[in-house]
Amino acid sequence: MNGIHDLGGMHGFGPVDAEADEPVFHHDWEKRVFALLVPLSAAAPFCVDEFRHAIERMVPASYLQTTYFEHWLHGFEMLALEKGVVTTEELRNGHAAAGSKPGTPSVLASAVEKITTTGRSARVDAEVKAKFKEGDMVVVKNINPPTHTRMPRYVRDKLGCIDRDHGVFVLPDSAAHGKGDKPQHCYSVYFSAQELWGTKVSRNDSVYVDMWDDYLVPA
Amino acid sequence: MSAGDDNHHNDDHDHDHQHANSRPLSDPELRVKALESVLVDKGLIDPAAMDALIENYETRVGPHNGAQVVAHAWSDQQYRQRLLEDGTKAIAELGFSGMEGEDMVVVENSATVHNVLVCTLCSCYPWPTLGLPPVWYKSAPYRSRVISEPRKVLKEFGLKIGDDVEVRVWDSTAELRYMVLPERPPGTDGMSEEQLAALVTRDAMIGVSLIPAPKI
Repeated sequence: MNGIHDLGGMHGFGPVDAEADEPVFHHDWEKRVFALLVPLSAAAPFCVDEFRHAIERMVPASYLQTTYFEHWLHGFEMLALEKGVVTTEELRNGHAAAGSKPGTPSVLASAVEKITTTGRSARVDAEVKAKFKEGDMVVVKNINPPTHTRMPRYVRDKLGCIDRDHGVFVLPDSAAHGKGDKPQHCYSVYFSAQELWGTKVSRNDSVYVDMWDDYLVPA
Repeated sequence: MSAGDDNHHNDDHDHDHQHANSRPLSDPELRVKALESVLVDKGLIDPAAMDALIENYETRVGPHNGAQVVAHAWSDQQYRQRLLEDGTKAIAELGFSGMEGEDMVVVENSATVHNVLVCTLCSCYPWPTLGLPPVWYKSAPYRSRVISEPRKVLKEFGLKIGDDVEVRVWDSTAELRYMVLPERPPGTDGMSEEQLAALVTRDAMIGVSLIPAPKI
């Protein structure tokens, strides 16, 4: 979707404000939000693409006025509600409705080390034919889906070159909407900075963007 | 206040617990408390698992891991080669793997190429080697600008890149996670890997700074 999250190339946000000796978390509530990701994604359950899409569906003004962990909190509330794990009344009251069935936690403390060190790769062990190979010139499709995509606006209709083939991966555009993995090759695609931003930028510079077969056509 | 600014200039900076009884709870505090309470009530989540996750990312996982990878690559040419060919595998050799680093790509800085990382669409970042991302990396100013005017943004970090050097910006739009292998600074011959690792900074592995020669 052409959402507010798609920030690449926008103007008006001012200088980058880097804090020296920044702590991992700035507030205790941020820790609790962060720590919900693993257990809630197992309990609800949802995949990373659904999570990102939940954040992208925030009201644009609200997205810009809130912090990163508030975005996460919004995503968690939205998905917990949509998956039927909680109700708005329960979130308002801060406790489970009377008579709700007791569940079992999917993630126990004893499993945390294994879960975090293993992760969940989006790489798919499937034989899928690659549409492109290293060195192929490609054009990014000009599409504007109202649904989830990882194709940023700034590359649409631009000419690039396949830098490397990363192998076969889940397609987020499909997985975010429960339509299956649609596994296909994902590539690092080279763009000259001038192709993306015009002739006023350095002719030496370049941008590399990861893109799937579905995003590209031969040049 | 700009997007992504985590109110980090507030007085209550990382000391919420000390003020918890003396001020009303903020909106996100109330909401996360409610969500966690409901899920615990329902037996769907284990608060001890949440505590373990926080502890893991506050202590074990952080840029000190990535620094070991860099120091090892500087010290062992064959390892450097393996790291650039298959980042995931080579990083796992040193014991780092997992969430938000399942599939790693390492890009190398040189006299002619300077690499810098961003995630314009969210805030993808290589957790196992660099830890959780700093606020500025997740902020609208960085995400919007480093892709289109990297040289200006790098200058704000105090890094001036020569006109003859190619600046490569890597936008991690998929599930590959990137890490920069910075150039080894001069004056470090004969240093142990431990000494080298102590020189490596998070910002250099993102690509917004270089590693200066050690002060003698």
